[in-house]
Amino acid sequence: MTTRLGSLDLPNPVLTASGCAAAGRELGQFFDVAELGAVVTKSIMLNPRSGRPTPRMAETPSGMLNSIGLQGPGIAAFIDNDLAWLAEQGARTVVSIAGSNTDEFVTVARRLSGHPAVSMIEVNISCPNVESRGQVFACDVQASSRVIGAVRRAVDPRIPIFAKLTPDVTDIGAIARACADSGVDGFSLINTVLGLVIDTDTFGPFLGGVTGGLSGPAIRPIAVRCVWQVRQAVPHLPILGMGGIQSGLDALQFILAGASAVSVGTAVFGDPHAPVRILAELEGALGERGFASLREAIGLAHQPADQRPRRRPADVATS
Amino acid sequence: MNPVQEQAEIFAVAQVGAYVQFTMVAPGIAEHAQPGQFVAVAVGGPATSMVLRRAFALYGATPSGEFAGTIQFVVASHGPGTQWLVRQPVGASLDIVGPLGKPFPMPSDPVPAVLVGGGYGAAPLIPLAKALLDAGSEVEIIIGAASSDRLFGELVARRTVGKVSVTTDDGTAGVQGLVTDLLPATIKQIGAQVVYACGPMAMLREVGAIARDHAIAAQVAVEESMACGIGVCMTCVLPVRGVDGKSRFVRSCVDGPVFAADQVRWADVGTIPDDLVGADAMKGH
Repeated sequence: MTTRLGSLDLPNPVLTASGCAAAGRELGQFFDVAELGAVVTKSIMLNPRSGRPTPRMAETPSGMLNSIGLQGPGIAAFIDNDLAWLAEQGARTVVSIAGSNTDEFVTVARRLSGHPAVSMIEVNISCPNVESRGQVFACDVQASSRVIGAVRRAVDPRIPIFAKLTPDVTDIGAIARACADSGVDGFSLINTVLGLVIDTDTFGPFLGGVTGGLSGPAIRPIAVRCVWQVRQAVPHLPILGMGGIQSGLDALQFILAGASAVSVGTAVFGDPHAPVRILAELEGALGERGFASLREAIGLAHQPADQRPRRRPADVATS
Repeated sequence: MNPVQEQAEIFAVAQVGAYVQFTMVAPGIAEHAQPGQFVAVAVGGPATSMVLRRAFALYGATPSGEFAGTIQFVVASHGPGTQWLVRQPVGASLDIVGPLGKPFPMPSDPVPAVLVGGGYGAAPLIPLAKALLDAGSEVEIIIGAASSDRLFGELVARRTVGKVSVTTDDGTAGVQGLVTDLLPATIKQIGAQVVYACGPMAMLREVGAIARDHAIAAQVAVEESMACGIGVCMTCVLPVRGVDGKSRFVRSCVDGPVFAADQVRWADVGTIPDDLVGADAMKGH
């Protein structure tokens, strides 16, 4: 079940998803977070941030809409408290960073560069660029490439930099290629899908932040499609796939579409044990299908049908 | 103690007015549960489109003894999740996480206490009343609801506490009016040193104001909507003043659901007050 994300070796391919596990401490009440491939922390910015007003959440069919607004303690408190705790647990840590302009991304990334507890940095460019009237970085080829290039130059080259992309674009492959040209080491796919719920009693938007990000199984086919497209656009870079994964077979879809590892996000809200359960289910599903390793399954869906192995029953595969 | 996730069997289901009271075999949760804590229950079954748990305050917890440990909670059916829940029969299994959240703090010495419950918000006050009485505190309880069928806990309160007042908005039971109409006189009558409350936000805010007017403490349990119940999703936040005097958005699931009423910035709920820590970073977003 070992896998690689750029230069980072992981013992298994199941991670938490940014914004769905805080900094791991709460899930540590239910299982040992060091058992995961890695903990992906909630996106951290330079300064403390209150986040948006409530209501922040609406349940939707097979998903939820959220509008948290990147509430967080700021990078200094994050390093002192959260990163220190993760290091004590022996957990591999992917730190998700966000910024309202390129300089903020770079400043936050520099604070993390060289920190022994940081295994990888996920650059959440699916957030608004204040210098471009709030346009999301990852919706624009130039803005994406500027942030990724600047962060890549600022950080120790031994630490992989992944770009977290939004699915809300016409051509995600073009954004991915721009990031690749700027030196990104891989992609986290996908962030939430922009949505809106109207309250039929108040006649207005339900969420305090008006729009929100849709997550959960409702977006899974969109996420698998994005993994597929980015794999085709940039076949040489690894993908961390996510979006509505609730079971081992859901995770396997992402692997077959081209992901080298997966993040379990919204499923944690319904089942705090979801990441470790899904890891066990994925291992079982690979074994039942006769895969000797995870690696054999990565991107297999891109092979022509006649070149894909036929599914073998487990008893044949192991005899 | 850490919360646990249990597949709990429904031991009993009882219709109580407009509510449904569940008794679950959940020894791991029952063992450490305290009044004011809650559980998060998965709804809809394995193929459900409802991805989030539903949170319910604990109405009772009986640790393992002669029988396996049980917990009780009370459900008001008002959406697809709770409608599914109230249809589940005795013997069925529910996926429950708990106990969650901070319990009601107990006074260090016995002091007269008034408990105020709105609707099924009275449920967590019953085990609290028992704990306070056991500790030697004098307890008076006020329960209220929109109408008599929305009242919860009157009979059990009369049995366990004795001193019970009832209000309904429409006058179909007890005194017509709000629980808070009776609160000032009740505080004076027993010389209360603390008020405990659970119910809608507007009621809790008013309870806090009345307690402040009488220069006594109020500990209130909020019912904020939440996605995870365990502190990771950040959806259930309230603006709360900390011990350092600074206000922050804090999670009602893990930093609450019980708060000192005078720490909650009730008037600012649903907004970002300018002096909130990190509010300045939201400008331009």
